[in-house]
Amino acid sequence: MSTTERAAAGTADYLDQRTGLGKAVKEFARKTFPDHWSFLLGEVALYSFVILILSGFFLTMFFVPSMALIEHHGAPATMDGVLMSEAFSSTLHMSFDVRGGLLMRQIHHWAALLFMAAIVTHMMRVFFTGAFRKPRELNWLVGIGLLITGLGAGFTGYSLPDDVLSGNGLRITDGVIKSIPIIGSYMSYFVFGGEFPGEDIIPRLFTLHILVVPAIILAMIGLHLMMVVLHKHTQYPGGGRTDKNVVGFPLFPVYVAKAGGFFFVVFGVLALMGGTMAINNVWNYGPYDPSPVSAGAQPDWYMLFLEGSLRLMPGVTEYMIGDYTLSLNVLVPAVIIPGILFTFLIVYPFVEARVTKDKREHHVLDRPRNVPVRTGLGVAFLTAFIILALAGSNDLIATHFSLSINEITWVFRILLFVGPWFAFWVTKRICLGLQRKDRELVLHGHETGRIVRFANGEYIEVHRPLDEQERWLRVAYDAPTPLELEPQTDARGVPRKGYKKERRWARLSRFFYEDRIEPVTPSELAAAHAHGSHDELEGAKAPELHAGDTTHEGDR
Amino acid sequence: MKALAARRHHRLAPVVLLLLALLATGGLYALLAPSPASADSASTQDIETGEKLFQANCATCHGPSATGTDDVPSLVGVGAAAVDFQVSSGRMPMQSNGPQAIRKPAQFDAEQTAQLAAYVASLGTGPTVPTDEQVDPALGDPATGAAVFRTNCAMCHNAVGAGGALSEGKFAPSLLEADVTDRQIYEAMQTGPQSMPVFNDANITPEEKRDVIAYIEEQRDGSAGGLSLGSLGPVSEGLWAWVVGLGLLIGAAVWIGAKSS
Repeated sequence: MSTTERAAAGTADYLDQRTGLGKAVKEFARKTFPDHWSFLLGEVALYSFVILILSGFFLTMFFVPSMALIEHHGAPATMDGVLMSEAFSSTLHMSFDVRGGLLMRQIHHWAALLFMAAIVTHMMRVFFTGAFRKPRELNWLVGIGLLITGLGAGFTGYSLPDDVLSGNGLRITDGVIKSIPIIGSYMSYFVFGGEFPGEDIIPRLFTLHILVVPAIILAMIGLHLMMVVLHKHTQYPGGGRTDKNVVGFPLFPVYVAKAGGFFFVVFGVLALMGGTMAINNVWNYGPYDPSPVSAGAQPDWYMLFLEGSLRLMPGVTEYMIGDYTLSLNVLVPAVIIPGILFTFLIVYPFVEARVTKDKREHHVLDRPRNVPVRTGLGVAFLTAFIILALAGSNDLIATHFSLSINEITWVFRILLFVGPWFAFWVTKRICLGLQRKDRELVLHGHETGRIVRFANGEYIEVHRPLDEQERWLRVAYDAPTPLELEPQTDARGVPRKGYKKERRWARLSRFFYEDRIEPVTPSELAAAHAHGSHDELEGAKAPELHAGDTTHEGDR
Repeated sequence: MKALAARRHHRLAPVVLLLLALLATGGLYALLAPSPASADSASTQDIETGEKLFQANCATCHGPSATGTDDVPSLVGVGAAAVDFQVSSGRMPMQSNGPQAIRKPAQFDAEQTAQLAAYVASLGTGPTVPTDEQVDPALGDPATGAAVFRTNCAMCHNAVGAGGALSEGKFAPSLLEADVTDRQIYEAMQTGPQSMPVFNDANITPEEKRDVIAYIEEQRDGSAGGLSLGSLGPVSEGLWAWVVGLGLLIGAAVWIGAKSS
């Protein structure tokens, strides 16, 4: 035993005797995780958050959260001698005078954009594979909490430099708050400490941004990961994978190395972006002043759907009732539309469980094609989100593609209603088509292109049967049937209580599961093989496969 | 000096002195007085050549006497600056109808442009072509320019002049492109081409106009933070975050995921 080994063993023993660390390490080191690239999307979000904390810590050393007016001296030339708030001046100072300051600012901002992008793609993975099903519904809700708090972190952060662009964003926020009937104007005075913009908002946002919001995010990340450990990780369907096992590799050393390495990949990409691509050059916009608004004033991408929603809403929907204004032109796009979008995300797992009458635990993921309506709804949701985001960029689309902004706006207004339906329909048809293709493959095997002529003159194409792995993937799924509706009256002809409610659910269930492709059953497979004598030509039958054959198997 | 002193009573001395005085006065005037428009100093010959060019290239739309029609503006009184802007930026002569005349390679060289300007200026007084000094960014203050730009120009041309959309397919063009000259920027402010309002000298003083030019020149040097991504703001930043950031990381994730099995 070398000296270092002895020292390591000694330290480990010291800690184990005092904290019982050994047991925890043993437990965690052996924990099995399934392997797939899409399981790393959540990690991108986590690592971006770590980088946000590290770079944000650096930025707080130089940022002055004050709206006091001062005259700025120094770089850049375009801001020399200009009257501005201390917040803006300190942002310029940290960008131009502090060594590495601009790099840190840009890494911080790129990390914020990436954090949200990773959260959204991670949610897409979870949604389309059905990973939100029992027992993970609550973790889905925590995830939505993280998404919303992430939006809050982004919003409070980009308002801090007190430049014209972020001030425009605050002005919109002020307008949205004021559009809430009755309490709106009071709320606005409460938030801004008086008439907009006041002198309180930057210090308030600063406290939220560096203390409250990150603390909530950290707590929720803790909860999120704890639940992942508690539930075990889901796995994609495949040979030997069931709801009762986890097929994958142990955390130590495989995932420790992979995850640890991946952190540095994320850090590397963000450092590369921060070092070579300019982001939010606030000196371009100048210090905030409520009067100017520049062309191309948009929020960061994750808020773009709100901007688009506001841009699409016709302005004529503002009404005067007596002395009071009802600003439906702001209230609908900025409060009701995001309300609808987030409500969909929140209630979806529970609605799906209800119409499926599904109380089982699910640890094997769905292939998106096997749940056509869910996949269709997800794509419809994304379509609406993307149309809104594009509508928020309508001026840039107009200038870059030489189009008329008025026409683009009208096209998006119509698309917002038509697009999601169309996307739903197309996606559902594609899913059903893929399922039929799967059935076809399972029953008849792969086409080989080899044409054989029999002695009696008959021509056939040789089909190669699927191996067990391929077949497992294509037959191991459920195709739920719509809920059965009990008769309106019971055996004695008395109307049943709750019939109407049940009928509504049954109708929704029919929408979900009316069109379905049943997986191939063993008897169907046997029948297909019996009639297709040509399959035997190959004589190649893949070996039988048993649960857990592939690699390491952990206990569920 | 002795040789000069010896000849001070020479009979030609007053003539030489007079010539020197005239030269000095003329030189000082040329230096100090605002340079007259090219039209003013334009010779009658220039105006005549300009008229010929006008009749051949512009009169089809603007009319033989440049008084315009219901759809086409009259050029009487628009001045040499407007002509210089429209013709040197290739917007005029217009090739096709559209939401607005677009920039293209100039059809006339500098001399012909000056001749056309001289002809149009001779029809009625209007803004003259600015001097090199009036548009020299080195003499302007970019900080004042930034403030003027923010309150007067940014709502259409974007915060740094990258351009922006107007209604019905019209747009405020980018000011950052290499072929947009400082003189054209000055003339545009002075004459308000197409959808652009006129910023006369009472509204934005000539010095402030030069400051604006200094600010735009400052933007052309690029961004301190790296690639400017078109200076278009959060939309292009978001697009790049998805394409470069998430694109690279998904690539890395696929690579890491593939390494095991």
